[in-house]
Amino acid sequence: MKHVVVVGGSAAGLAAAETLRREGYEGTLTLIGDEPYHPYDRPPLSKQILGGQWEPDRVPLRAPADLDALGLELRLGVAATGLDLAGRTVALADGARVPYDGLVIATGVRPRRLPGDGGERAHVLRTLDDALALRDRLGPGRRLAVVGAGFLGAEAAAVARGLGAEVTLLEPAPVPLAPAVGERVGRMLSQAHHDHGVDLRTGVAVAEVTDGGVRLTDGTLVEADEVLVAIGSVPNTGWLEGSGLTLGDGLECDEYSAAAPDVYGAGDVARWHNPLFGTAMRIEHRTNATEQGMAVARNLLRPDERRPFAPVPYFWSDQYDFRIQAHGYLRGHEEVAVVEGELAERKFLAVYRSGDRVAGVLAVGMPPKAVRTWRQAVATRAAWRDAVGELLPEGA
Amino acid sequence: MSGGGEGSGEGKGVTMRVEVDVPKCVASGQCVMIAPDVFDQREEDGIVVLLDEQPASELHADVRESAVVCPAAAIRVVEK
Repeated sequence: MKHVVVVGGSAAGLAAAETLRREGYEGTLTLIGDEPYHPYDRPPLSKQILGGQWEPDRVPLRAPADLDALGLELRLGVAATGLDLAGRTVALADGARVPYDGLVIATGVRPRRLPGDGGERAHVLRTLDDALALRDRLGPGRRLAVVGAGFLGAEAAAVARGLGAEVTLLEPAPVPLAPAVGERVGRMLSQAHHDHGVDLRTGVAVAEVTDGGVRLTDGTLVEADEVLVAIGSVPNTGWLEGSGLTLGDGLECDEYSAAAPDVYGAGDVARWHNPLFGTAMRIEHRTNATEQGMAVARNLLRPDERRPFAPVPYFWSDQYDFRIQAHGYLRGHEEVAVVEGELAERKFLAVYRSGDRVAGVLAVGMPPKAVRTWRQAVATRAAWRDAVGELLPEGA
Repeated sequence: MSGGGEGSGEGKGVTMRVEVDVPKCVASGQCVMIAPDVFDQREEDGIVVLLDEQPASELHADVRESAVVCPAAAIRVVEK
């Protein structure tokens, strides 16, 4: 393999490129990113950057010298616009066509938007520029409407509240984040918003952003100086339309994370079959970007030794004064058991069942060893009955 | 950081110094799972504790992996 192209200049693309070099790949390595920045870390955007504790110089993922040492052909600030699978070339927005022997697709996601035109007061939060633009408009007395109480909306609401803004958080579901963490933990998160003075309104759907705030589907106007639309993400697969690759909720990949021979997907854009859970998934977690980028680099370089990508996904979220940590695949769970601590104390450990197995663990304020032990249960496909059965009182 | 185009770099005479940027740590514990002789987590909040600033050469590969996997890019590995 002499020419590898990585399309996507963030965590997954960087991990793939670094791993290729570390594993001995010495051919040309082109990294294409649509943002004009060197690869940087996104989780701090809704935390320390938005809150002003960090300046942008703390988000790059690698020091310039370490990036230079990879010997990359960096093409930043240019988007990929098409893929010729048979001809093995990637088309770029500047007219260039980049040939490859091996390809990593790591183009991530973009924020879903609402109809309407709020002008400068309508924000999304995906890029460093987004975070800085929103940060500059928050402060004591400013009114912020956040549409969507998922992780991004919740974190931004918490940070904005800490900056003294008046925050209204609008969520269509009755309980925020129920699909991601379950109803009980979702209710705990709702209580935290209330406790910190955020006006959380559930069961509320937003129709559009206006120049006065947001308009709900019932016609009500929620007035705000600034609006943050945090209603989820759309995988960046538009550039792959017509290429022959299978696109659905992201780039469809097999258990090796391959989309086609010598073409692999990694990070937020990739929907792959995870054999540890026996299901396809598309994971928008920061740790998955790195792990999957690493895995596809190895599989691309050594196809004879390739291994299924079967991680235990991990995510964390910082809201107010607590941190949620979760390992496993919690979506679609059938049962939740709080096996340690108390939700109301915001110190607890909850485990999640899918089928007859421990599928995930979520903890707040718990000793790390306890969390790691349950992560091991997920990794080893522990049976719920064995791992949890004895911990619960009879009839629970 | 450990990202370099120099292959595995293992062998006698290679010293490794490990540094952790504690404010960046997000307590995922990945480093502990990969290299438990080098990293641990604080009981109260799971933030990284560096157990061994100059790990022995048989631990080097695991430490490099920890640095790369760390979701906060909080581990810096300097090798000579």
